[in-house]
Amino acid sequence: MELINQHTKRIMEGCKERARAAGLSFTDESLEYVVTNRDLLELSPKVMIPTLYDYWVHDVEVLREKGKYELYPHNPYETVINTRPPISFYNDNNPDWLNVMIFYHVLAHIDFFQNNLYFRNTWDYDFTGQALSDKRVIAKLRAEKGRWVDYVIEFARGIDNLVDFHGDLADLFTPSGAECSSRLDYYFDVFLQAEKKVSVSDYIKEVGRYNDCLKEFGDQGEKTFFAEAELRYPELEAHFARTGDAQPTRKRDLLRYLLDNSEFLARDENVWMRSILEIVRKTSLFFQPQIRTKILNEGWASYWHERLFLQDDRIKGHEVDFARVHAGVTSMPRVGMNPYALGMRLFSHIEEQADKGRLSFAFQRLLDADQRKKFDTGSAAGHDFIFRVRENLCDYLFLKTYLDQEFLDRHKLFVAGKRLDQQRMVWQYYIKNRNAEEYQKMMLDSLYHPPVITIDQTKGIEGSLYLNHAFEGKQLVREYVANTLMGIEYLWGSPVYLETSEAEVVASSPYAPRQEEPRDEEITWQRVLYSMNEKILSKKKIE
Amino acid sequence: MRNDLRTYLDELKARGLDAEREARMRAELATASDGHALPPVDLPQSNELSRFGRSIYADGDLLVLRQAVAPQISAAALAKSLDELLERDRQREQDGFPRKIQIGKLVKPGRGRNGKVVVVPTTVEEKLFHDPTVRPSGEGGSSGGTGDGEDGEVIGEQPVREEGEQPGTGPGQGGGENHELESSAYDLGKSLAEKFQLPNLKDKGKKRSFTRYTYDLTDKNRGFGQVLDKKATLRKIVETNIALGNLPDVSDIDPTRFLIAPHDKIYRVLSREKDYEPQAMLFFLRDYSGSMAGKVTDLIVSQHVLIYSWLLFQYGGQAESRFILHDTEAKEVPDFYTYYNSRVAGGTQVSSAYQLVNEIVARENLEKDYNIYVFHGTDGDDWDEGGEKAIPEIRKMLSYVSRFGVTIAEHGQPGSTTVSRYLLGSGLLKDKPDLIRMDIMQEDADETRLIEGIKKLIS
Repeated sequence: MELINQHTKRIMEGCKERARAAGLSFTDESLEYVVTNRDLLELSPKVMIPTLYDYWVHDVEVLREKGKYELYPHNPYETVINTRPPISFYNDNNPDWLNVMIFYHVLAHIDFFQNNLYFRNTWDYDFTGQALSDKRVIAKLRAEKGRWVDYVIEFARGIDNLVDFHGDLADLFTPSGAECSSRLDYYFDVFLQAEKKVSVSDYIKEVGRYNDCLKEFGDQGEKTFFAEAELRYPELEAHFARTGDAQPTRKRDLLRYLLDNSEFLARDENVWMRSILEIVRKTSLFFQPQIRTKILNEGWASYWHERLFLQDDRIKGHEVDFARVHAGVTSMPRVGMNPYALGMRLFSHIEEQADKGRLSFAFQRLLDADQRKKFDTGSAAGHDFIFRVRENLCDYLFLKTYLDQEFLDRHKLFVAGKRLDQQRMVWQYYIKNRNAEEYQKMMLDSLYHPPVITIDQTKGIEGSLYLNHAFEGKQLVREYVANTLMGIEYLWGSPVYLETSEAEVVASSPYAPRQEEPRDEEITWQRVLYSMNEKILSKKKIE
Repeated sequence: MRNDLRTYLDELKARGLDAEREARMRAELATASDGHALPPVDLPQSNELSRFGRSIYADGDLLVLRQAVAPQISAAALAKSLDELLERDRQREQDGFPRKIQIGKLVKPGRGRNGKVVVVPTTVEEKLFHDPTVRPSGEGGSSGGTGDGEDGEVIGEQPVREEGEQPGTGPGQGGGENHELESSAYDLGKSLAEKFQLPNLKDKGKKRSFTRYTYDLTDKNRGFGQVLDKKATLRKIVETNIALGNLPDVSDIDPTRFLIAPHDKIYRVLSREKDYEPQAMLFFLRDYSGSMAGKVTDLIVSQHVLIYSWLLFQYGGQAESRFILHDTEAKEVPDFYTYYNSRVAGGTQVSSAYQLVNEIVARENLEKDYNIYVFHGTDGDDWDEGGEKAIPEIRKMLSYVSRFGVTIAEHGQPGSTTVSRYLLGSGLLKDKPDLIRMDIMQEDADETRLIEGIKKLIS
């Protein structure tokens, strides 16, 4: 790996000036490296982070059949990584005009990394520096503990998708002093709703009473409020005391919970394992925003590389070359999804809508098709609007909010289906429908979404760990349950339970065509409880 | 040749043939002129349907913007660390965790490169995540699309068998890349390791050795070395002292008077010992007649791949392989690539393959130097109704083989195939269970079944 030459660096600096003038904002410094295929082979298992810790799985070909894109952030071949300064990777034989295009793409990514609020947790430090020190910690531990370090890495990585990214993010944005006391949270969130099941009007009355108390008694408001509440519900304090201890505040963050509560990890001889868990958790959290903004990020970068390239005076004469490469990147495929193309078109669409003032209630309430067509307030607010979109949204909200019927019609998008023609034994690809809701659902369904697994310490036997998988219409990959639970049991030091749902009819043979056969019958879901005790997995049905 | 077959068929018919069998044979005959073509080397580019269901996370900037291809990890580089990884895996088991490395992935049996199958280690990182293949109600899933067309309009078709791949892939279908054979079960490597010891391995013709060496303190050296051989040294000293006349009375030796020359000290030195092991010759026979189309070939070849790659791995250079394909005639093919990919066509004459094996063994005098193993895969259909030609060849074969394993992948009714019938009828299976094994599986057998079958054939 070596830095790009001065000539190319000068081009990059020219791109920065032009990108800044267009409104993008990013730090001054950036590092550009030329990588060979050999470098790529080494970098890709480490998700392009040159200083990531060593782990034997990086040297093995990893089978990624089922969870292909769930395992680590996504396709490892990224051009630019979100570090301070940002580092980007290039071929040594790119022509200048292509570099200009890629530079704009990269700069838009950097702008995105540094301005999208989902990346807030990555702003205050340099991940490569962090990773380097983590790598040294692991190397040092490996010298002392040998292969056990790798076991702990393996078990920790087994649950590194179960981190509460959103919870951590929320903390960063909550101003200090704005939090409620845990008693108040419990009273309003759990006690009134789940235990007393009070009616909505009573609930609101209670909220009103709390506000009154605050107004009237100031600092003593909460105390007064609870004094009265306890008169009405004498059991409140006891309930609160019981659940308050058992329930973790961050129910969705299994790694954090293990770090804080595992007796096994708290033993003197095992304390070293904690640093590994911390490292794995940190690494996972670092990549979380990236995987949750794929469409937005690629769309943003494609939108800007197109726009800035065409305005760039230095590349005259390469418009056709550019058009070919650009079309290759951003053409909508006849069948399938392309995050670059979709994101870019959606940004353009949003900009245009905002320019005409259509992202407003006045437009939304219009029903007359003709009037809708002509609607234009001439507000020209599009430019600012898309910058706000890039600052505040993630893929889910981006698609959920802006993927409308007009967009679908305009780009002739449809949901493509696949069905089996039994007689001719062919798969037929067909147009399922052109409904925006269906399209949106299909897209949202394809987004990264780790299972929601919460810790419930009111269940299970004494000392065990009880995990509850919230059912969202999908089951967990069964083959992986055993080893993952074994890892959790190791880190927890006592039996582990996992409550989840499983489909009753699953007919699959490894020799069936790789894509699943159409199944007519509805799948019935059964709640089951896995338990892992002394490395033995058992399963029973529960109601 | 076609005419010969037709005459032969007529002869058979004259001797009495039921209608169904005749129809089947005619169908095979019809394909006889198709030839066993190998797939074209250059594969067509992926078509527009191939993006169906592709994740949005599958594209990365480097590959998309540079229009580059993902670099391939060279199999050699992976194989280099194989021993280390397997050692790690063994250690895992001792530490009480299940194994994680799988062996059995096949990397492109390249053409002309002696048909080497490279065994590469693979693994899976397990996590709790959603299984996208289980859906509440089913079709083949959905994906995005762009362009013109009415609702419900079919925009493309793809044969079921070649799903997701370039046309014509899969064993016996012609085809080039991606013949990965992966095991879903972790314990495959382990169970293979335990079960795949070749039976009846005899010491024969120690001509070749493992490239493995053991180090042992076997060599002796005077003057210097690693460990003093006290007995030998003492003997030497006594000798020297006798020669010097320093030992007047042999019955009364006084060691304190010994003169000890440095040269008398005898040491053991570490030396490299070649580890000779018996060698094996493996014959793989595959029926590539017209009736073998589809699933059955898949099964047979998969099983042979497993046996083949494992043995290559396990025995290193010790196990040599020969590949024979047969329809009504048998021919030996040079490499695994051809064996794996040749298209099915033509009629069936099982005995031809057996005969060829016997010829090769006799011609090259393999019996003397090798333990010979023969694995034959067929759908059990044979135009040689009673096995009149096959059985004598088998008997001949059993005189020298260490194991002969027949795999029959049945199309339909269990136990009704010609081959299984005459094999059972001959009584050989009962008489010589050490030498001949038969495994019958159904067309829809899964991988576990395949491995069961291998155990049956080999254990």
